[in-house]
Amino acid sequence: MRLFRLFGLSLVVWGSAATVWAQSKIIKIDGSSTVYPLTEAVAEEFKIVRPEINVTVGISGTGGGFKKFCRGEIDIQDASRPISKAEMEACRAASVKYVELPVAFDAITIVVSPKNDWVDKLTVAELKKIWEPAARGQIKKWNQIRPEWPDASLKLFGAGADSGTFDYFTEAIVGKSRASRPDYTPSEDDNTTVIGVGSDKYALGYLPYAYYESNKKRLKAVAVDNGKKAVLPSMESIQGGSYSPLSRPIFIYVSEQALTRPEVREFAEFYLKSVGELAAQVKYVALPKKAYDLALERLKKEQMGTVFGGESQAGVKIEELLKKEAKL
Amino acid sequence: MDRVDHIVRRSRFFDAFFAVVGGLILVAVLIVLFVLIGDLFYRGFDRINWQFLTSFPSRFAERAGILSALVGSILVLIVTAVCSIPLGIAAGLYLEEYAPKNRLTALIEINISNLASVPSIIYGLMALGLFVYKLNLGQSILAAGLTLGLLVLPIVIVTTREAIRSVPQHIREAAFAVGATKWQVVRDHVLPYSSGGIMTGVIIALSRAIGETAPLVTIGALTFISFLPSPPLTPEPPFISFKWLMDPFAVLPIQMFNWISRPQEGFHVNAAAVGVVILIITLGMNAAAILIRWRFRRRIKW
Repeated sequence: MRLFRLFGLSLVVWGSAATVWAQSKIIKIDGSSTVYPLTEAVAEEFKIVRPEINVTVGISGTGGGFKKFCRGEIDIQDASRPISKAEMEACRAASVKYVELPVAFDAITIVVSPKNDWVDKLTVAELKKIWEPAARGQIKKWNQIRPEWPDASLKLFGAGADSGTFDYFTEAIVGKSRASRPDYTPSEDDNTTVIGVGSDKYALGYLPYAYYESNKKRLKAVAVDNGKKAVLPSMESIQGGSYSPLSRPIFIYVSEQALTRPEVREFAEFYLKSVGELAAQVKYVALPKKAYDLALERLKKEQMGTVFGGESQAGVKIEELLKKEAKL
Repeated sequence: MDRVDHIVRRSRFFDAFFAVVGGLILVAVLIVLFVLIGDLFYRGFDRINWQFLTSFPSRFAERAGILSALVGSILVLIVTAVCSIPLGIAAGLYLEEYAPKNRLTALIEINISNLASVPSIIYGLMALGLFVYKLNLGQSILAAGLTLGLLVLPIVIVTTREAIRSVPQHIREAAFAVGATKWQVVRDHVLPYSSGGIMTGVIIALSRAIGETAPLVTIGALTFISFLPSPPLTPEPPFISFKWLMDPFAVLPIQMFNWISRPQEGFHVNAAAVGVVILIITLGMNAAAILIRWRFRRRIKW
């Protein structure tokens, strides 16, 4: 009987110990939907290696995620752009410090229908002419871009104003973030652009590279000429940095507080070590190997802060960025 | 005589005309509905198998599953039911049977009807402020269940009142006449006779709750979660654990939304399959509502 009770008691102790232990091993991640597929892949692999550590990933958007991050509600933030000035301020006010780690490239691809046989390339200036706010109601036909192109109406598809793709595209092409002509078909779900452009000979659109990579049969990518050379987006051109200015790094931010927990540190290191290989599986472009080494070093040294100073920078080489001094 | 004939013929023509137009509209609506549902089933039905129902999310569409979202949806629904049903029925009963008819009750009634039409995102924002931060429940199953509970509460109240109102007044009068107290009338006559209608309302309210996305996104439902909430039954005393109430969760509609916006075709099939699962659950619940109503109707003999 006593033995029985002892057994029961130890069960209780074990049970409560187990629950307390299990509870402390949750890693909370939230943020951008662009970074989500990568983080999901890493979390899935991490689960295989360390099944007792629970990772949760949410999608609140980069902005929504940073709000939670700077309130200290989450451990790791997925960000499709560097932290902004306002967010740096919010984090500083709550004394939340962070390590900024680039994890992959995100590139925007200009796409047309496979039936479109006249577009060979577009220069940045031509893209600006099409997409700048002043083009509203003015640039409506293909032959307005280049006289030899057809006298047919130009149908435009692009990202919705809530997406990081929209922010980055407007910044890289128009020169000012969020400045775009409004008379196009915006979509929060990029598959709309895939279908819209794919089924219309006279359509033109832009979308994240992963959507082009998954729909190569339905879409044709357009080479972008930045003044040096017309470059088609591909794993090599994006990784090598020649597909500029439409490619940019995406990040995870790990909070200093969370890094004191060994499981978060382990996860962050695992992320940097495995994401290079996993990126291709989810149709993303990995950073050069050197960049991951530099990022790992930054994590190990716990260099807090961002190298961007609250502004996104189009067309900067990733290794150069990583060598810069980070500031909080 | 001719004039009368003329009028009759014209009226008959309009009758027939209206019936035809009404019928055509109905057919058109049904065709649209069946095409949509048919398309969903065509694309997603084959994907539903044991693996799909028992796997966690994955980066590979063919390995991914909905286990965490399915369990999350069910648990959230349980919390929703537990907090909205007793409260809703009690409120409906009070308003219909006990409340004096004065300005205050009129005001309450108007507000309840208004609440039933408030967009769900507003409930989400309110819940984010109240449940998640003020009451410090965090992004938990409990917070989500309470949010959806509030969302469907007006529906439960309104349908409860509707059901109670359909109990004939002379039944109450007869019971009062033989000396029953108010509570006895309610307990022995009003509630049993109206319970079919109440159940129907409750199930329709819950079917709405299971498809809700906006308020849950607002309070922070997750997309990737590869573990289940703590089990409600434990091997050690007291054997029942409520720890799962505070656990993070994912739900089916959010999983569906995440998959539909992914670039790979395989995930779109998965999304269609989740749609089919949600549809089956909703249809099942509605079928249960019809069955319950039918059985209660059969039992009642006035």
